[in-house]
Amino acid sequence: MSQAPELKLAPTPGQTIGPFYGYALPFEKDNELVNQANPNSIRLHGVITDGKGEVIPDALLEIWQADENGNVVSRDGSLVRDGYTFTGWGRTAVDNVGHYTFTTVNPGATEDGKAPFIMLTVFARGLLNRLFTRIYLPEDTQALANDPLLSSLTEAQRKTLIATREEDGSLRFDIHLQGEDETVFLAYPRES
Amino acid sequence: MSTETTKDESFENSHVLDPAATADSQEKITDEITSIHEAYRQEVVSGKKAETQPRINFAPYRSSLLRHPTKNLHHVDPETIELYSPAFGQRDVHALESDLTIQHNGEPIGERIVVAGRVLDGDGRPVAGQLVEIWQANAAGRYIHKRDQHPAPIDPNFTGVGRAITGPNGEYSFTTIKPAPYPWKNHHNAWRPAHIHFSLFGTDFTQRMITQMYFPGDPLFSLDPIYQAITDADARDRLVATYDHSITSHEWATGYNWDIVLTGSNRTWMEDEEGDH
Repeated sequence: MSQAPELKLAPTPGQTIGPFYGYALPFEKDNELVNQANPNSIRLHGVITDGKGEVIPDALLEIWQADENGNVVSRDGSLVRDGYTFTGWGRTAVDNVGHYTFTTVNPGATEDGKAPFIMLTVFARGLLNRLFTRIYLPEDTQALANDPLLSSLTEAQRKTLIATREEDGSLRFDIHLQGEDETVFLAYPRES
Repeated sequence: MSTETTKDESFENSHVLDPAATADSQEKITDEITSIHEAYRQEVVSGKKAETQPRINFAPYRSSLLRHPTKNLHHVDPETIELYSPAFGQRDVHALESDLTIQHNGEPIGERIVVAGRVLDGDGRPVAGQLVEIWQANAAGRYIHKRDQHPAPIDPNFTGVGRAITGPNGEYSFTTIKPAPYPWKNHHNAWRPAHIHFSLFGTDFTQRMITQMYFPGDPLFSLDPIYQAITDADARDRLVATYDHSITSHEWATGYNWDIVLTGSNRTWMEDEEGDH
């Protein structure tokens, strides 16, 4: 890949989401990308913690992912949640103990041999700008070994990006904003 | 020493009764901000590229101390899902949701304003048909949020939440009430400048952002550690709307213009590059 082209306009700065988004951004079924009754539905869940290991009760998370077949969809209706339309995007405010849950499906590989992942964005009071990371599925170890991002990380860092599969099929992914197990957060080209 | 200790813990000392009295002073916060900004200016003078985003590690904003990653963000080439964005449309948002003054039975109290502008990407292309969400305090500086305990009145005719889908040229327009400043607990006598929260999507999910729009000439700017976490003065100015008399309407509302520039799309240039081979 060659160098990303320079931006023509200076981007507008981000700011913290603050403490009072709770009556504004959440909406009904915001964390249900599919209905729980869908036989392929899985639970994606975890907690978000700060530099002291304490849970963060005022964070908002969003995920964006391909469908089970690895297709990136472009369908409106996320805010309506009719129960039939998979839009690939979900949002949830964490609960009082920093725990979050999404009901979704395992994303398929977008290309043969690619390691499937879910894109995650973190907003929180005290966090001055959003953070991006990836939630990798744990199963395809060959694809994980070949993944360019994971290959560039230490073993300890890699672990922070790969979800754990629980016995009931749930995916567990904890987010550590700071500390020993600090999650690897990402920067993309063309941010400034 | 023992008498002093006794005195400190006695209720004759106001700070025992008022926890805020033991908090940092505005002067201390302002000094910290000034010294970080001065160090930044020196770096720019020595040739460092101007910053466009807030520092996520910005100690004067005390809540950031334990909530920012300590390691550098890891640079990565975006792949697949990261090159696209969720789609929203008229199905998701009713046209009336962009008017925050008609959500109840009566007119909200306060200065009616229109905030209008365009959402562009870093290449200057309009972001069309995308979701914009806003939320804000009312004209007394109070949010409709159960954790906001600021003793200012709630306005039964104002919730302070709006949504819009951008037009073909990236344009949006909200009719609302000018929010007031409000106190918070970062330090003693801390007040936020009046602002409207904006949530934005681009054509790539990597452009996702949440920010705050401010009003021109706010006397609280220099005192606010959230706004000042943006070390670069030009970058800070990009969060301040402009009074625009062409948006102001006769005997109805004053108008402000605020254009939002997202980061650059990666899909376009990466696709172009693939096409070259």
